[in-house]
Amino acid sequence: MALQSLDIKRRSATTTPSPQVRQTLEVAKLIDVSACIGCKACQAACMEWNDIRDEVGTNVGVYDNPSDLTANQWTVMRFNEVETADGGLEWLIRKDGCMHCEDPGCLKACPAPGAIIQYSNGIVDFHEEHCIGCGYCITGCPFNVPRISKKDGKAYKCTLCSDRVAVGQAPACAKVCPTGAIQFGSKEKMKEYAETRITDLKERGFDNAGLYDPAGVGGTHVMYVLHHADQPGLYNGLPKDPAISPMVSVWKGVTKPLAMAALGAAALGSLFHYVMKGPNEVSKELEDEMEREDERLRAQEKEDVK
Amino acid sequence: MIRNPRDIQRYNASERANHWIVGICFILLALSGLAFFHPAFFPLTQLFGSPTWARILHPYIGVVMAFFFLIMALRFARLNFIHKQDIEWLKRVGEMVNGDDHNMPEQGKYNGGQKVLFWGLVIGMLLITVSGVLMWRSWVAVPVGVVRAASVVHAGAAVFMIGLIIMHVYAAIWTRGTIRAMLYGTVTRAWAKQHHRVWYRQITGDKR
Repeated sequence: MALQSLDIKRRSATTTPSPQVRQTLEVAKLIDVSACIGCKACQAACMEWNDIRDEVGTNVGVYDNPSDLTANQWTVMRFNEVETADGGLEWLIRKDGCMHCEDPGCLKACPAPGAIIQYSNGIVDFHEEHCIGCGYCITGCPFNVPRISKKDGKAYKCTLCSDRVAVGQAPACAKVCPTGAIQFGSKEKMKEYAETRITDLKERGFDNAGLYDPAGVGGTHVMYVLHHADQPGLYNGLPKDPAISPMVSVWKGVTKPLAMAALGAAALGSLFHYVMKGPNEVSKELEDEMEREDERLRAQEKEDVK
Repeated sequence: MIRNPRDIQRYNASERANHWIVGICFILLALSGLAFFHPAFFPLTQLFGSPTWARILHPYIGVVMAFFFLIMALRFARLNFIHKQDIEWLKRVGEMVNGDDHNMPEQGKYNGGQKVLFWGLVIGMLLITVSGVLMWRSWVAVPVGVVRAASVVHAGAAVFMIGLIIMHVYAAIWTRGTIRAMLYGTVTRAWAKQHHRVWYRQITGDKR
């Protein structure tokens, strides 16, 4: 959402630098999956703070409610029942939503100047008033997060409560979490805190506990503490090595300058060809020949009339 | 200009209308498409009312273009089959571009270059239409991997075709007396004899 008192680092479809003299603190939200009890207070707080209400859906046989992210539902608890090797059961609950990538695929793909903004604190925000509804952000996103609204045709997703963060508040979900599973602060602090959690988990036998801050997208401003950081796929298909698709990189990368150069060369080449070689005229001999034939035929017609 | 009654008809009214429907659609699609492709061209969306209108209209114009191009392609396909003299012509295209057409082999209604352009546009239209449909989120839902591949193909095909159309338009401007064929249908006999002598003989029965 627009009108932030936050400094902008990057704007979609903008080829010149955004104002970036002021350096603000890089923030992050840390979601400790091992401490989540699946109460959905974060979902409720998100709806309340952002004034969004999804339509009442139907039960699809799992606890996920609603069953997916929508333009009116910017975060969803994903419930996964995972059987362990020793026959036990683990209930892995991941709060899904925008990861606020340092290298955002949505922003890279977006064709509308200023419709997607990355603040210098790391938050990636959609400015819907500039959004044209093309859905390229969905094409670019490695986490399948943005959704186009059926009501207004614009793309929506978690703002990391940029409006709250702008005035020194934590996101609504972090504020409301009853177990402290959602923490918010500087990215540095959050990493430090994550370390203590990971140490604790390791002591409790989760040897592969770790931080999910994927390097493929330059790190994220929403990070997870996972008990099984070696298998992020267990958490409802969280990608192991997310990155902007090479297809998107080609499409929004090299293609642009190459295509512009090629088309520019074709247009200028044509102009200069004309200027230097001149037009391809019909030869004088042929025109004269046709002229003579016309005259002959005219004379013949006169004869015929007589 | 008084038109010579012995001018030769190259395109009938229906063919001309068909060509210009495709042409207008192509220009509108290129303008809006370039706007989505590169930020430098984004202001072109204003020609369509607003950026959002450009996004809404682009695919519908695409459907119109695909339909009328299909009809046009079916009309002209037979005349664009590539034969031996076309290959000869293409081998000598350098001389032609250099401004000397004296040694160019005699051509039918279309020369080798025009035929290559025709088939290039057929391939381009096929790729751009299919990929465009796959990208059309308002109506079509396919897995994101398909949309990503389609996006690359769509952009590539568009650049390829815009390049071909620049050549097409330039060739029409460069070869004097050509544009009238698509505006009111006729060319002079001298034009036909110079550029498409085989076709000229077929039409006029002139043996020379």
